[in-house]
Amino acid sequence: MSQHTLSVLVENKPSVLARVSSLLARRGFNIHSMAVGPTADEGMSRMTIVVDAPELEQVKKQLHKLVNVVRIMELDPAESLEREVMLIRVAATPGKRGEILEIGTIFKATAIDVGSTSIAFTVDGEPRKINDFVELVRPYGIVELVKSGRVAMARDVRSRKLKAIR
Amino acid sequence: MSTITGAQALIKALEHEGVEIVFGVPGGAILPAYDPILDSPIRHILARHEQGAGHMAEGYAWATGRVGVTMVTSGPAATNLVTPLADALVDSVPMVAITGQVPTHAVGNDAFQEAYTTGITMPATKHNYFVTDPREIPDVIHEAFHIAATGRPGPVLVDLPKDVLNAELVWHQPAQLNLPGYKPTVDAHPRPIKDAIRLIEAAQRPVLYVGGGIIKAGAHEELLRFAEATQIPVVTTLMGRGAISDLHPLALGMPGMHGNYTAVTAMQKSDLLVSIGVRFDDRVTGDPATFAPHAKVIHADVDPAEIGKVRVPEIPIVGDARRVLQQLLEKWDHQTTPDRKKWLDTVHGWQRDYPLHYDQQPDGPIKPQYVIEELYRLAGPDTIVVSGVGQHQMWASQYWKFTEPRKWINSGGLGTMGFAVPAAVGAKAGRPDDLVYAIDGDGCFQMTPQELITASVERIPIKVAILNNGAHGMVKQWQNLFYGGRLSAVDLGRDVPNYVMLAEAMGCVGLRAETPDEVGPTIEKSLAIDDRPVVVEFVTDTEEMVFPMVPAGGSNDDIILSREDLP
Repeated sequence: MSQHTLSVLVENKPSVLARVSSLLARRGFNIHSMAVGPTADEGMSRMTIVVDAPELEQVKKQLHKLVNVVRIMELDPAESLEREVMLIRVAATPGKRGEILEIGTIFKATAIDVGSTSIAFTVDGEPRKINDFVELVRPYGIVELVKSGRVAMARDVRSRKLKAIR
Repeated sequence: MSTITGAQALIKALEHEGVEIVFGVPGGAILPAYDPILDSPIRHILARHEQGAGHMAEGYAWATGRVGVTMVTSGPAATNLVTPLADALVDSVPMVAITGQVPTHAVGNDAFQEAYTTGITMPATKHNYFVTDPREIPDVIHEAFHIAATGRPGPVLVDLPKDVLNAELVWHQPAQLNLPGYKPTVDAHPRPIKDAIRLIEAAQRPVLYVGGGIIKAGAHEELLRFAEATQIPVVTTLMGRGAISDLHPLALGMPGMHGNYTAVTAMQKSDLLVSIGVRFDDRVTGDPATFAPHAKVIHADVDPAEIGKVRVPEIPIVGDARRVLQQLLEKWDHQTTPDRKKWLDTVHGWQRDYPLHYDQQPDGPIKPQYVIEELYRLAGPDTIVVSGVGQHQMWASQYWKFTEPRKWINSGGLGTMGFAVPAAVGAKAGRPDDLVYAIDGDGCFQMTPQELITASVERIPIKVAILNNGAHGMVKQWQNLFYGGRLSAVDLGRDVPNYVMLAEAMGCVGLRAETPDEVGPTIEKSLAIDDRPVVVEFVTDTEEMVFPMVPAGGSNDDIILSREDLP
């Protein structure tokens, strides 16, 4: 199984999310993350779906058959911009507070809530950077972790290389 | 400005789409729609079960090429419709289903007769709608018919809550379609057409492999011209029977698991498959790795998701089958037809040496194949033949000679038992001047016989031949071949029900033939009756199996021609 990132332009209508996820479910593919939001055009939404699947050729065609799906692109991580936002609460006794805040500074993580036993950060950036931060603070104890799901778009210069279906 | 109710708008919208018949069953949530239909020129045919209504709409669509319409209530009625929807989806049957729904405020509250219809039918439809604003009704119905009938046809469901049907709106003519994500490709790109012509010119042993896409696109005339111009023999899949006349010298009949030797072998030996409106179904290919191993593939289909799904073609063509054939014909500008004598001689040699065969003894039990040959002889090729799924379906497809499209109706992809009787009712309703003869098995028949009541009451005089072998015959065949003859749950008994009495009880004429010499005269009797439905029970050989056969997942090179060939 490898990870694929799909950028799917859909009509902003009820049940579209269910139609898309149902199609992936039929094949037994796990959705690693899915981020949905409106686009500059109010009638359209953009879904960024990260899915664990051996290959996606057939699923892309089937997704495109959904009446509400307007456009699908599979994004090559090397040729696209990927960002994620994370909220993370790290266990922090008074003695460890300084160390943890220092790690946060290196990663441009913003402390947004400091309590007697923990610190909450917000971090954004490339998924790899976020994962690195998680690994560095893991030894202190992660109390809670929430990710937004990946959003992605093709890089400008190479975007013409990306194969769009229709 | 004067207003009408959502229900009136629905019926008006159906009229606007040119609907002439709705097959349905009323109920609580759909009640408002059953009032204005009284004032409409649309004929409502009252089915006895919602599954029957759905298959009737399918049969109507198969026979006429128009969109079949079914209307039922919420909850159990909608769930009963799931099978016809799934059937129509896989067999690309254009259909619009209208379902009632509990009032909007009750949706999601486990109200009486509530089911999450659009959720349940999402994977069983091409598209579906849950309408919450009555003003959307004219446009939604218009879109539903457009989606059902265009591209790769299929079923579309529109779910209408009762309060939406009761609400007032100002009628407007359906506006221009607003479907930014739905633009089926009709015309093929010229490049692959040119490449296809080059491959066809170079091929030594080409085969045209055509299916339901030809029938749906109305491409049979173009197919005939193209086959004759290029002198390529044609195999027609179960869904494509009648795409070319079986009497044509280039026609090879049905390929696949129970296909004839010539059709199967021609594909195995072919160096080029010109595939149009087909989907390389597992019942055609057997093991895909050993299917047509020497052939390059041209694959044309209106549905891009079918291309490369099973077999990666050398030439993919996305487009409507009729347009693709027209474009191929435009590029095929040869004055002389290619000389295919060697290949056609080989193919015709197989036809001569390996014909379909069965052995009807004058004093033995009735062979089902004999019934079909006699039916064909007496009823003639203009008959619309309808079948369900199983042995009877395979024998009907093998032994009938289809000479034109839309004369063969069956449940192909989903394999729905109980399809034949209601589909025949729908076909006859749509083509009242045609003889409609269902060829059914006893197992299939027992799943939906109540629709014969619909046929009687609505004066839709279909005919039904039951090939009664007292068993789920195809399952029994597999248990005999692959489970060491351990027969499990396949015995239906031959005496109960009494089909003649059952038919009479439902207002039909019931007839029975028990010996070979009774077959012809009983069929003649059935043909002489035209004021009521007729059910003819043929008491057939319980041990007959369908041959040729390629075991599931096996190689088409290992085709078994008869019982004597069994390993």
